Order: sequence, then structure tokens, then C-alpha cells
Amino acid sequence: METAHKRPNYILIWVYLAVLTAAELALAFELPISRNLKLLLLLALAVWKALLVALFFMHLKFEKWNLRILAIIPVPLALIFMFAAMSEHIW
Amino acid sequence: MTHASATVDVMRAPYPAERGLDVYNHKLGMWVFLASEVMFFSALIGSYVILRFGAPGEWARPGVVLNIPITAFNTFLLICSSVSMVKAYAAIADGDQKGLRLWLGLTILGGGTFVGIQVFEYIHLVERGFTPAGIREGSELAEMVAKGTLPAATSGLYGSTFFTMTGFHGFHVTCGVVSMLYLYFRKVLPGKYSRQDYRGIETVGLYWHFVDLVWIILFTIVYLI
Repeated sequence: METAHKRPNYILIWVYLAVLTAAELALAFELPISRNLKLLLLLALAVWKALLVALFFMHLKFEKWNLRILAIIPVPLALIFMFAAMSEHIW
Repeated sequence: MTHASATVDVMRAPYPAERGLDVYNHKLGMWVFLASEVMFFSALIGSYVILRFGAPGEWARPGVVLNIPITAFNTFLLICSSVSMVKAYAAIADGDQKGLRLWLGLTILGGGTFVGIQVFEYIHLVERGFTPAGIREGSELAEMVAKGTLPAATSGLYGSTFFTMTGFHGFHVTCGVVSMLYLYFRKVLPGKYSRQDYRGIETVGLYWHFVDLVWIILFTIVYLI
């Protein structure tokens, strides 16, 4: 039996996205932390924002697993592609 | 997090799903297309990362060449247009034609403004001397290079990767705006969508949110790092 979903509060997601964007700007230009830590935190914030969009605006959170897998499959492929291409700089 | 108390599944479209993945063909087609788009933008971003890490000299620091405040505003604008798009979807899923017209109109406005600001940014950058081929001789940025405040060795790579990535994204935004304009005048204004069938809105909405998602990554990688 299918579970009934309730619609997410889109305005609240928008507030999260706006706050995270402001946090990114503050982190990039105001916080006196090391460059590597800044890079890591900025990427984490970007992934967090991207996940909010994918899960709540693109409704992946409410889709069945077969469609979620279709959406997720290219992500590890893209990461493998990037790491393979970057390998000459890493090793 | 929730504000609806419906007993039916409002997140599931009312039209019949095809066998197999259990979604209708338009939506499945869009997801397959978006999967290919992930690989397309991965190639662009991957090339940028490789060129930047392997560059012979230092890369220009964020904010020295690019206008961060105006781009941050543009990022916020695209996020707003993503919200208005999903509100348009929610409106027609509830059978609200007026809400659909309002929110989709705002989405088109937001997308059009984004493209307009990006064109303005490009014109401003080229005027300052930042081109896809690097820094133009005799320009304001060339003077910064002469003073040593801007690295010269990587400017060609920087220019070509910046304009390629943001240009392709801008092209995608433009395609989204054109698609939404088509839907607006051919389908939405004549009232062809209803709570029983709003496949076009859901499908173009997926594309629009994906374009927003890509910009979120690009903004961080190109403008902030």
C-alpha cells in the first residue's frame, strides 16, 4: 500500500537556501581560516544546497527508489570520471 | 516542515504511470536527459578542476576579476525562481489556474533577469579586459597584471574555462526560459492544464530545478574558490 506524502514547506527550503548562500559568501570572504578548510566547507555547503533542491524541489525525496536510482547513477559515474582525470595530479 | 493535511498523496501525479519505472514517459524522458546533463557538466567542471590544479602558476583570487556581489544576487534570483517554479507546480496540482499563471510568470521573469544580468556581467568583464582568450592588452586588468596584483600565466585558462562553463549554463537557462514562455502562452493562458494533467509543468520544472542545482555548484567552484 502506498504511503501518503504531505507537500513540503517550499518557503522554508527557500529560506534554508538563502541562509546557506549567505553563509558561503561569509565563509569565502570573511572567515580567516586555512584555504584547504575553506575549500572543504564551501564544497560541503554547495552539496548541501544541491541536495535540498534535488530532494524537495525535484521531489526525489517522494519518488520511488527505481526513479531515485536513475537520478543517482550518473553521480558516481561523474565522480569516477573526475578522479580518473585528476589522478595524474594526485599520484 | 509540512503545512498540508491532505489524506491523498499530493506528491504523486494523478495520471497513469507507464510500466517499468512506474512513471509517465515525459518525466522518465526528462530524468534520462538530466542524467546525461550531469555527465555533460561533470566534463566541464572536471576539465576546469584539472586545468586549475595543473596550471603553471597561481590562479586569480576570487573577487579580483569577477564581480561577486552581482553574481551572488543572481544566484539568489535563480533560487527564488526555483521556488516560484515549484509553487507553480503545487498551484496546478491543487487546480489553481490563477496561482499557476502568477508563479510561472514570476519564474520566467526571474530566469530572464538572470540571463540579462549574466549578459551585463559578460559585457562588463570584456570591457575590463577579461576575454575567453585571457587578458586583453592595454586594458584595466592588463595594468593589474603589470603591477603584479593579478597572475598572468593562467589568465588564458581562466578566461576560457570561465566563459565555457558559465556560457553553457546561461544557454541552458535561456532554453528553460524559452520553454516556459512556450508553455505559458500555448498551454497555461488558454487553461489547458488542470489538476488531472499537468505533465508539462512537472517536466519543465524538473529541468528548471536542475539548472538551479548546476548553478549552485558552479557558483561555488568558479566564483568562491
